[in-house]
Amino acid sequence: MPPLLDRLNDAAKRKLHSLQDYFVLAWNALRFIFARPFYGGDLVQQMDAIGVQSLGIVLLTGFFTGMVLALQSAVQLQTFGASMYMGRLVSASMIRELGPVLAGLMVAGRVGSGIAAQLGSMKVTEQIDALNTLGTDPIKKLVTPRVLASLIMLPTLTIINDFVGIVGGNLIAQFYLDVPTSLYWRTVWEQIASDGFLFRFIPNDFVQGLTKPFVFGGVIAVTACYFGLSTSGGTEGVGISTTRTVVTSSILILVLDYFLTQILLSLLVAP
Amino acid sequence: MIDRDRGAPADAHAPTDADTSEESVDVAEARERRADDIIRRKQEERVRSAIQSELSTDDTGEERPRPEDPGPLRGAVIELERVSLAFDRPILEDVSFAAFPGETLVIVGESGTGKSTILKLILRLLQPDSGRVYVKGHDIAPLSFTEALDVRQQMGMVFQSAALFDSMTVFENVAYPLREHTDLSDDEIEARVKEKLEFVDLAPDEVMEKLPAELSGGMKKRVGVARGMANNAEIMLYDEPTSGLDPLTTGTITRLIMKLQRELNVTSIVVSHDIRSAFRMATHIALLADRSIRFFGTPEEMAASDDRYIRDFLGGF
Repeated sequence: MPPLLDRLNDAAKRKLHSLQDYFVLAWNALRFIFARPFYGGDLVQQMDAIGVQSLGIVLLTGFFTGMVLALQSAVQLQTFGASMYMGRLVSASMIRELGPVLAGLMVAGRVGSGIAAQLGSMKVTEQIDALNTLGTDPIKKLVTPRVLASLIMLPTLTIINDFVGIVGGNLIAQFYLDVPTSLYWRTVWEQIASDGFLFRFIPNDFVQGLTKPFVFGGVIAVTACYFGLSTSGGTEGVGISTTRTVVTSSILILVLDYFLTQILLSLLVAP
Repeated sequence: MIDRDRGAPADAHAPTDADTSEESVDVAEARERRADDIIRRKQEERVRSAIQSELSTDDTGEERPRPEDPGPLRGAVIELERVSLAFDRPILEDVSFAAFPGETLVIVGESGTGKSTILKLILRLLQPDSGRVYVKGHDIAPLSFTEALDVRQQMGMVFQSAALFDSMTVFENVAYPLREHTDLSDDEIEARVKEKLEFVDLAPDEVMEKLPAELSGGMKKRVGVARGMANNAEIMLYDEPTSGLDPLTTGTITRLIMKLQRELNVTSIVVSHDIRSAFRMATHIALLADRSIRFFGTPEEMAASDDRYIRDFLGGF
């Protein structure tokens, strides 16, 4: 085989191996949620680190995104005399798209990089090997609590993000468009109710808006743990793993968002 | 014939009318002789089995059944049997050695010769491409991941960087294996942690609540030893225990390893390139060069060797 093809072949094999390792890690992390021993303390600690400590950044992003969304739309809506629909526009955008994606990107940047840096440092200082030699499975001890905490906390953060975004839109609607608060919130609810319900009581918008962060949460944590645990090359390696985590998980969030939207729309919008 | 000789009682040849100190010296010598004999015999076995395997291939190129697997050496705590391992390039080739109860085997060699890899093989963090690794007579290759975790609990490992969990205090670090694998009460755990910290000459009340970042290099190593022995491990593995330490602290760590052997009869495998410490603590030294064991013997035998490489390696020592 010519050297170029040889190299391409090797590179493709390496990529496939990495992909396989990624999915094996994801599978083990999820499998160990139901396997003893349970590291409850680590789970609570990670829920705090991933969820509670990300609250500030998520509140800020959600609030300003809601406001800027309303501000940009105000001119258009006024042109058509449709200012009263501000609530519909902001809630649909926030709940379906902006809430999950922005919370995901914020958490990928803040938490994903943190997890990768922490696990990467543990790897290069032999702490992962130490866990192994002390008879502990590092995936069970380190990865599973992070993945589970992320699966729980990202949807929670998204709900908060959606809510403050809609509140931000409310402020703009009231002070720029003179839309009364009661009318704004009524149109918000109309929008939620207009898209139908799953099992007759779960609004489809909520299903879409909460499925996404659940998936994004898993993707962020698994990606961060994967790059963290495969760190090599000392402190420089830790930096590389951190960067890769943020870039990869951000891209995955945006790409998966498209496909999830496609799937959810086809499932939820009854023919 | 070989089996009959294997593991013959060391004191079988010891004089019965000698006084106590002479007797203990004789027993120690007999034990060393026995270990040397076993290693020598093992090497002979290897040559014999290599010849047999050559002979077993007939003219048609078809392989006849191989001679029966020699199995583990009787009485050896750790044994590597013809172990080879390669990553991008060969790391170890046909490496064999054994460590017996209460021995301190120091593996020396230049940097990058695969010394630390040997420890990872013993811990089954790596699997050999060929050959066997026996821990207390059991081949550890076929073990599942969970079973391997159980085997690792019998061993204490002290890492080059100490590898203390930096998010935990000294107390939590030493208590970690106890919390993970025992049903000891909090009081019992605290008592055990204090006992181990005292054994490594650290004042428990002063260091227990400190984080690893607040400790000196030597103290970290000692906490690492305390954590390694917390589960009363019978086998201790040390990866470069004295690297990066000043001469005084190096002496302290060396004495500590000797203390573990003397007082607790722990079997130790030490990977080091610190030849001075190796000569102080070793009952046997294995010199790793060109991916295989170049020399195996007592420190005295190594010092007396005329081999050019060994003389160069020892330098002015």
